[in-house]
Amino acid sequence: MSDSITNFTEIDTFIDGLPDKNGALIPALHKAQEAYGYLPKEVQLHIAKRLQIPAAKVYGVATFYSLFSLEKKGKYRINVCMGTACYVRSAEVVLKEFAKELKVDIKATTDDGLFTVDGVRCVGACGLAPVVMVNDKVFGRVATADVRGIVEEYLAADHAE
Amino acid sequence: MSNQNTEIRQVRIAMRNCGIIDPSNIMEYIARSGYDALAKAIFEMQPNEVVDVVKASGLRGRGGGGFSTGTKWQFTAAAKADKKFVMCNADEGDPGAFMDRSILEGDPHGVLEAMAICGYAIGAQEGVIYIRAEYPRAVERLYQAIDQAESMGLLGDNIMGSNFSFKISLYLGAGAFVCGEETALMNSVQGGRGEPRLKPPFPAQRGLWDAPTNINNVETFANITQIILKGSDWFRSFGNEDSPGTKVFALAGKVNNVGLIEIPMGLPLRDVVDKIGGGVADGKKFKAIQTGGPSGGCIPAEHLDTPVDFKSLGALGSIMGSGGMIVMDEDDCMVGISKFFLEFTAEESCGKCTPCRVGNMRLLEILTRITEGTGKESDLAELENLSRTVCDTSLCGLGQSSPNPILSTLKFYRDEYLAHVVDKKCPSGTCTDLLNYEVVAEKCKGCTLCKPVCPVNCISGERKEVHIIDQDACIKCGACVDKCPFNAIIKG
Repeated sequence: MSDSITNFTEIDTFIDGLPDKNGALIPALHKAQEAYGYLPKEVQLHIAKRLQIPAAKVYGVATFYSLFSLEKKGKYRINVCMGTACYVRSAEVVLKEFAKELKVDIKATTDDGLFTVDGVRCVGACGLAPVVMVNDKVFGRVATADVRGIVEEYLAADHAE
Repeated sequence: MSNQNTEIRQVRIAMRNCGIIDPSNIMEYIARSGYDALAKAIFEMQPNEVVDVVKASGLRGRGGGGFSTGTKWQFTAAAKADKKFVMCNADEGDPGAFMDRSILEGDPHGVLEAMAICGYAIGAQEGVIYIRAEYPRAVERLYQAIDQAESMGLLGDNIMGSNFSFKISLYLGAGAFVCGEETALMNSVQGGRGEPRLKPPFPAQRGLWDAPTNINNVETFANITQIILKGSDWFRSFGNEDSPGTKVFALAGKVNNVGLIEIPMGLPLRDVVDKIGGGVADGKKFKAIQTGGPSGGCIPAEHLDTPVDFKSLGALGSIMGSGGMIVMDEDDCMVGISKFFLEFTAEESCGKCTPCRVGNMRLLEILTRITEGTGKESDLAELENLSRTVCDTSLCGLGQSSPNPILSTLKFYRDEYLAHVVDKKCPSGTCTDLLNYEVVAEKCKGCTLCKPVCPVNCISGERKEVHIIDQDACIKCGACVDKCPFNAIIKG
């Protein structure tokens, strides 16, 4: 399933453009994740080589921060906010409903590679609790009854492409 | 209700420009005396005079610690080094808090100007803002604001033609709550795992790249320009002796009016909930107000007259924190809330020190046990004991405060814990493992509507006969309760 990545031009251009290589690891990982969607082994090894730091350090940092993913995510990432305001307004139930609707485990990706369902840290939109983000789009005051509609919206969007 | 609202005056200092100016246009900021404070500092004041004014204002760190900002500046100013840094902590990680996001998105120049003033006061020429990557719009606004200020000579080399130069760069986090701790944040900027360092040495002596560093929170900086322009006495005219000035809170949860508020410190919590918040939503009964996020505590109704300041909230076993304020009602289980916060801290613990890494996990296991109905009465003493150990022995603020939600709920809502461990009941009906769904025979008409909605087919009974729920098979989803037109199914 993982097609090996061999083209590193985007990361190389980014690293070459940095005035200072000190402290460049996290920005480089951000850039790589933006380019490939995740951080497979070959990308981590390449960054280690280019920044001349041990691969273990790259792996240590990549696994420390929750925004970095070592696995490929779905085309549509459904993130249910798990902040306190959303939690007291039943975000957990909404999260479970998405998992049930898509027949997939929480944090996992559907077999067709379309959806990843997960809970995320507070997105700071507590006035709209409970909040669901699908990629960059925000859905506010989501009830379990809205879940099917949101999934269908993206299924239709994918179909139209 | 609306009459009552007007009695309570919110005061905007940190958020004075938010929603009033177009944050993407520096001219609008300048029109509201923007960069006047920086000019005043550079041309009319000595660096130590700037430190003195901030110190005299009594401004305390708005990130939650509450340390005197002026004293922090003084320490860094006193450190001897060729290079020093000013850092802004914009890693707003507390769930249910979005004060810093709003300030950065609504008034980015206010923070940039304050950082430059701080640079002048402590003798630093470089500023770094560490911001969560989860706030893309704030990042965009900051980049834009830095560009605009540099192009007008308000940041960069020889600001306004003076000898003072100051540059600001941005550094994006990658999703780690512990990076809100100042030394962990510095390790992160240096490209490493966000693990805290032992203190001392304090950042004022050895901080970012081992240089003396002054680090303040976004909201702390947002107060600075007004203190410089209007003086420390003016600032002290708001708030109280313990906590001068105002504080921004993110009021959320089960309250009618949710959103950001900026209030003079010392206002009673009751005014925040009832007057500004418009009372508890849906006519429910107030149970608790949670302040300080995962490091804070839950405050019950009998303490609602407590003034909002550092000292009073601390005395109740909660903290001011960065400004999250979540109102909870009778439907919220306080054991469940503790578990919610412990799930958060156990996952966000960086793993460097044992009390936090292992202790929080054990605390979470005990809480999980209690909510699942297998807890014992002795678990409560165990929780208290271990909580104190984790508080006393953890390396950084995360672990030192992570058991606060447990300790405060044990103190004020012990009955609820006892109901879970002794009666195996959840009084608010949220812990599903302690719930039973039952059909009230007198009310059931045998309409059969509930049978097909049950996902596990555990309801039996013929038409016009009283139905029965098989307790062993029931998954407690509540679908039958919602469906029943006669309210014949009750949970308890």
